Amino acid sequence: MREREQKSFFANVDWMLIILYLLMVFAGWISIYAAVYDETHRSILSLDCDYGKQAIFILIAVVTAFVILLLDAKLFTSFAWVFYILAILALLSVFPFGSDIKGANAWIKIGQFSMQPGELFKWATALALAKYLSTHSFAPKKMDTLIVSILILLLPVGLIILQNDTGTALVYFALFIAMYREGMDGRLILFPIIAVVLFVLTLLLGEKITIIVISSVALLWWFFFSSHRWKSIRNTILTAAFCAGFVFVAHKAFTTFLSDYQQTRINVLLGIETDLKKAGYNVNQSLIAIGSGGVSGKGFLQGTQTKYNFVPEQNTDFIFCTVGEEYGFVGSFLVVGCFAFLILRIIRNAERQRSAFARIYGYCVASILAFHITVNIGMVLGLLPVIGIPLPFFSYGGSSLLGFTILLFIFIKQDANRLSLL
Amino acid sequence: MQRKVNFVLRRMVISWAVVLIALIFAGKLFYIQVIDEKYLLQSDNNTIRNVTLHPPRGMIFDRNKKLLVSNEIAYDVLVIPRMVKPMDTAQLCQLLNMDVADFQTKLTAARQYSRYKSSVIASQLSKEKAGYVQERLYQFPGFFLEPRITRLYDERIAAHAIGYIGEVDGQDIEKDDYYKPGDYIGKSGVEAYYEHALRGVKGKSVRLVDVHNREKGIYKNGEYDVDPVLGDNIYMTLDADLQKFAELLMNGKRGSITAIEPATGEVLVMVSMPAYDPNLLIGYDRSKNYYALLVDPSKPLFNRAVTAKYPPGSTFKMANGLAAMEENVITPFSCYSCSGPGSQPIKCTHSHKSPLNLYEALETSCNPYFWGVFRTFLEKAPYPTIADRYLRWRELMLNMNFGRKFDASDIMYQSSGNIPTDNYFNKYFGKGRWNAMTIRSLSIGQGEVELTPLQMANYAATLANRGFYYEPHLVKKIEPDSLLQFPKHYTGIDTAYYAVAVEGMWMVFNGSYGTARRYRIAELNMCGKTGTAQNPHGKDHSIFIAFAPKDDPKIAISVIVENGGFGATWAAPIGTLLVEHYLLEGETHFPWYKDKMLNEYP
Repeated sequence: MREREQKSFFANVDWMLIILYLLMVFAGWISIYAAVYDETHRSILSLDCDYGKQAIFILIAVVTAFVILLLDAKLFTSFAWVFYILAILALLSVFPFGSDIKGANAWIKIGQFSMQPGELFKWATALALAKYLSTHSFAPKKMDTLIVSILILLLPVGLIILQNDTGTALVYFALFIAMYREGMDGRLILFPIIAVVLFVLTLLLGEKITIIVISSVALLWWFFFSSHRWKSIRNTILTAAFCAGFVFVAHKAFTTFLSDYQQTRINVLLGIETDLKKAGYNVNQSLIAIGSGGVSGKGFLQGTQTKYNFVPEQNTDFIFCTVGEEYGFVGSFLVVGCFAFLILRIIRNAERQRSAFARIYGYCVASILAFHITVNIGMVLGLLPVIGIPLPFFSYGGSSLLGFTILLFIFIKQDANRLSLL
Repeated sequence: MQRKVNFVLRRMVISWAVVLIALIFAGKLFYIQVIDEKYLLQSDNNTIRNVTLHPPRGMIFDRNKKLLVSNEIAYDVLVIPRMVKPMDTAQLCQLLNMDVADFQTKLTAARQYSRYKSSVIASQLSKEKAGYVQERLYQFPGFFLEPRITRLYDERIAAHAIGYIGEVDGQDIEKDDYYKPGDYIGKSGVEAYYEHALRGVKGKSVRLVDVHNREKGIYKNGEYDVDPVLGDNIYMTLDADLQKFAELLMNGKRGSITAIEPATGEVLVMVSMPAYDPNLLIGYDRSKNYYALLVDPSKPLFNRAVTAKYPPGSTFKMANGLAAMEENVITPFSCYSCSGPGSQPIKCTHSHKSPLNLYEALETSCNPYFWGVFRTFLEKAPYPTIADRYLRWRELMLNMNFGRKFDASDIMYQSSGNIPTDNYFNKYFGKGRWNAMTIRSLSIGQGEVELTPLQMANYAATLANRGFYYEPHLVKKIEPDSLLQFPKHYTGIDTAYYAVAVEGMWMVFNGSYGTARRYRIAELNMCGKTGTAQNPHGKDHSIFIAFAPKDDPKIAISVIVENGGFGATWAAPIGTLLVEHYLLEGETHFPWYKDKMLNEYP
């Protein structure tokens, strides 16, 4: 029995995920090289350049991944809380020891490298949430599971927000997707989505027209779907009234509480304002870079927009531009396809777990990756507001690469180990 | 009632959401990369810069292929406002020797023109200065140096004839879209008139640049580059050596010298004094210098040789004699009497033989004689009324190109001079209330008659040619081989009468009473006429016209020395020295006069 288990490790591990991971990391490295490339370039391994540093990060990440595969899978279940507490301590250590990079005080300097705990330790929060939810269920009418789960999230989120790194903090809310899978009331996700839709409509169409739209939808709903009993009529009216109230409040809040530049960013995104020199500049340059790639792209190192630095943050948050420009629709479609395949593969693997812990953790991994990918590519394509979070495995940066690697490989290890559990 | 959670459904919801998002991304990618072409164009706009290649301007030579104007490299300081970062403005101004306020004005103007395109902040730094500035300019992002070709006036002569170049203004750009702000254009003289030949054709080079506008290479290996076409070289009609000598002779005086080769109409000398060093109008201090010249009360920018008008005085007498002979109201031997300074209504400056004929009248410059000639013309010429007779006289004058510009000439800023119309007198005196008596000043080149020095020189050339002239001009050839043709005009007065006038002019030097007999040089065989033009604003102008040699003339000149008194005092010796210098080898016959003309002034 013991022998069979040993032998089956390499048979049970999901090689597809590992290969996908290695491919993406390699593609990311090449893209960073192309983005930073200069005619007076040095070797791709030069430590003075970002691509040289990324090579070291990749090496560290791959070694770490290998170590995780060698460790006992139970380690992560047993010590989930320990990891969580260590992560919180790391986040706290930023306050006395941290240093500023681009306005966020979220980095700890170690030698010539900087570490970003909020980015690096997402997996610890995922472990803690999985550990907690594996023994607590979302029973209806019982709010404590929900409250504890949210508290597990809010602790790191609060610390990261205090570090002025809102983008990274936002990512933790992706874990609601995993909670939804585990039985959390779906309305907790649906309502925010409706709220966002209403908010966007308000900004696009103005308050009055939005309310007319709400009324029309309510009328149609009542006419086609709802039974003609008083109770359902009342519910429809109440919902519509609530939505209308929300529209007023949201519009008021938008103009009152958001600073000018935040309002501008959102307005630019929605196409209400065009401001190609300030807030809209990054996204416009990003669209130009990707759009100019055409069907098959300009070729490796031939992307003039990225190579000549027209796209800002092109080796970190806007790394996807390099792919779009140099490899065109074929390349970018392939990358988007690979990401979708990766997420779906993780979900499929999560569903085949025997232990609730492994399944929930798997969903956490899928949620975090999906959120990062969606927000990042959505931003680069001008579909979502500019929120500075990296594209998993592609963006330059040690903390994010190592963080995503650990996040993914803990799950690959759990998955490889699934058959040894009863 | 406890609702059962449908986990399979939830997995499906999540999975399909992932697929949906991927499809949205794929759709957007397909749209911007495959369908919409606008981003491809914008990407080119980002990275492609058309760099204008300015060809060197054509060089200018004199008639003997001596270089007058060449090119030199200078450096402009340009700014791209978008790239300017907060900086120590005072330090930059100090580096560029600029006034801070002036600098701010230029920077604001540059911002208004374009935040992305470059504008000139300081122009034409010398090579040495540019090297110094270049080393320090890194502290000021957005500012950079660009070489440009500028003019170098090697001989420092003939400023007015050659003219100068300057930055194009709004009107220039509006007139010709070849020009872009910061381009240079000929502003006056030959530089302006032959602008199209001299400027060449701009080329362009398509370069790749990065976000900081730094050049990164040539687009598609220069497939779209266009080489500039060099400007054509120009050969002027001026004789640099003679021009230089003429400028020395006029040193410290006001007035002008114009010399023409009678057989071709080529202008050999064009001096306007006071002049200026044309090199003042290039280089870093151009605008400062230009302003100083503009407000200088002696008006050095004003080209007296073609723009100033003077009463021709006695030099006008040949024209009157010619007109009268052409209408057969006198013969060369018609006599009029003169009572010297006691003559009426016009007196003579000195006493001489009386009565006298046309030859003698020209020799002695007798005023009463030409008053008589003029009156005879206005009373006896075969036309019905005095107005008709006057108009006929005027027509003959206009045929000598008095009172109008040389239309086909390449000389800019010409004045017409003035030969009054009958209407002028009708207005002034009343119709039918004027006669020869009332307008008698015209007989001796005074009153309303005014000629430019260029017209006077052309008059001398017409006399030299015995009745025709070529339009005077400043350029004979544009390289490679286009020789310029200028029209030939006949005055319509018989050559035989011209011979009479020429004989009289010869007597001015060779007769025993000739007004310029002092300046006779036997081998020059010069013909001329002195003039003393009354000037209501001050001392008389000293005027002289001449040509030499009498047969096969090589040079015709007019000399005006403002407030110089008698024509024989300043203008005649200057003119003689100049003709001597041009036609004879060796030492001057008049070292004493030469010394005086070079070093003294009225």
